[in-house]
Amino acid sequence: MRTRQTLLTLSTLLVFSAVMFAGTVNGKVTYTGTPAKPKPIDMSKEPSCAKQHATPITTESVVTGPDNALENVVVYVSSGAPDDGQVPPQAVTFDQKGCQYVPHVLVMHTDQELKIVNDDQTSHNIHPLSKVNVEWNKSQPPGTPPITTKYDKPEFISVKCNIHPWMHGEFAVLKTNHFDVSKGSGTFSLPNLPPGKYTLTAWQEDYGVQTADVTITGNETKEVNFTFKAKAY
Amino acid sequence: MAKLFAVIIVIIAILSAIPIVKHTWAAPEDISTHGALIDEQMGETMVEAGIAFLAAQLILALFVWQFSNRGRESKLKTFPGGAKGLVIGAILLVGLEVLALGVFGVKAWANQYLTPPAANAMPIQAQAGQFAFYFRYPGPDGKFGPIHPEMINEGNQNLFGLDPEHDVESRDDIVAAELAVPINKEIHLLMHAKDVGHSFFVRELRVQQDFVPGLDVSVHFTANKVGKYEIVCTQLCGLGHYNMRAYLEVMSQQDFDNWLKQQSGQ
Repeated sequence: MRTRQTLLTLSTLLVFSAVMFAGTVNGKVTYTGTPAKPKPIDMSKEPSCAKQHATPITTESVVTGPDNALENVVVYVSSGAPDDGQVPPQAVTFDQKGCQYVPHVLVMHTDQELKIVNDDQTSHNIHPLSKVNVEWNKSQPPGTPPITTKYDKPEFISVKCNIHPWMHGEFAVLKTNHFDVSKGSGTFSLPNLPPGKYTLTAWQEDYGVQTADVTITGNETKEVNFTFKAKAY
Repeated sequence: MAKLFAVIIVIIAILSAIPIVKHTWAAPEDISTHGALIDEQMGETMVEAGIAFLAAQLILALFVWQFSNRGRESKLKTFPGGAKGLVIGAILLVGLEVLALGVFGVKAWANQYLTPPAANAMPIQAQAGQFAFYFRYPGPDGKFGPIHPEMINEGNQNLFGLDPEHDVESRDDIVAAELAVPINKEIHLLMHAKDVGHSFFVRELRVQQDFVPGLDVSVHFTANKVGKYEIVCTQLCGLGHYNMRAYLEVMSQQDFDNWLKQQSGQ
């Protein structure tokens, strides 16, 4: 009887502490040095796409903002917080629009439904270059229903179109729900972190990864910043 | 019945000759200095093959008309044997015709393939890959930086696998998705395939040349009419083959210089 009571109290405490003492990590991702200038993409061979862009789009491998901000960096808890095993029930959508992947970096949980949509008047052939997960490539003519799939192992996967060589995107399959993608201002926010010691990883497709340790003791907000060294070429 | 067949053969032969004689499907306007020779050669081939075709059909019809009702007991000539002279004569005639086409065709062929480009021809590199063409200009230094296939990365548009960080010659190289050339300037197109076999075909330019993986192939040509022409892949190369194209833009020297400047500024 006593053990049961103790257990009950303990679990109640745990649940409460998770809700009551949830910390937040805020931060900013920046770069030092001079990043290579984004290169314009010539889509003239696909007029239906080219006409959707008043000015030619540029490469998105490195997207910067004011004050050396670095956009599209995936920041996530790589260790410390055990995966709660909760796969978000809603699907994430990867759109092909104007012969470009929207969003450029798409984060999803393992086993979360991934919906791939073709909004263009032309055929695409989506080819995620996975190495840990099973690799596949599928043709998607205009007007066909979305392709739905999922990945069961965590991995960063480059995505290309086998028909339009300039199309390039990234999938980040994570085994955690504690993640964010840095905005145009370079900022990110990881809320609802229960007390504990964590390792945060920031991943940039061209510049690699950086890690930082952070300890959350209670209901507090901590700041963690990441700085990547820009590549001039 | 046999006579009806003979008449139908004659009608089909004449009907198929009409659009050829009337130039119903004429080739598009030629925009190259070497194209006139090719067109002339094509014309000659068409006339010779056309005459041979018509003659063969008419003789066939004549024979059918003449000898269709000879009865069962008549004897057929066989080869070798009775028809020896006729068959040898036919072989010689066709052989001579093919040989003559070859001999006369050398002029057009040699002009394009056996003659090296002029020393001052402008080198442009063409790379074919599934499913797009890309072109590289050497830039002000006149040198192409080396290619590192392992560094090819379409995601950041490093389409040729250049390493400007370490290769000084690569830094001013210009890579474009269209082939811009100045008018009346000989172009030496250095071609290589990134993956499988492709082909470079511009109808107006009268150039069709395959890309062969592993081989450095080249062609040279001089375009002499300003305009925009389609470059298509004419070697089935995979799923997106139908969509593999680029544009050849023939410009005045001034426009070309501006274009280069604009490209290198990007």
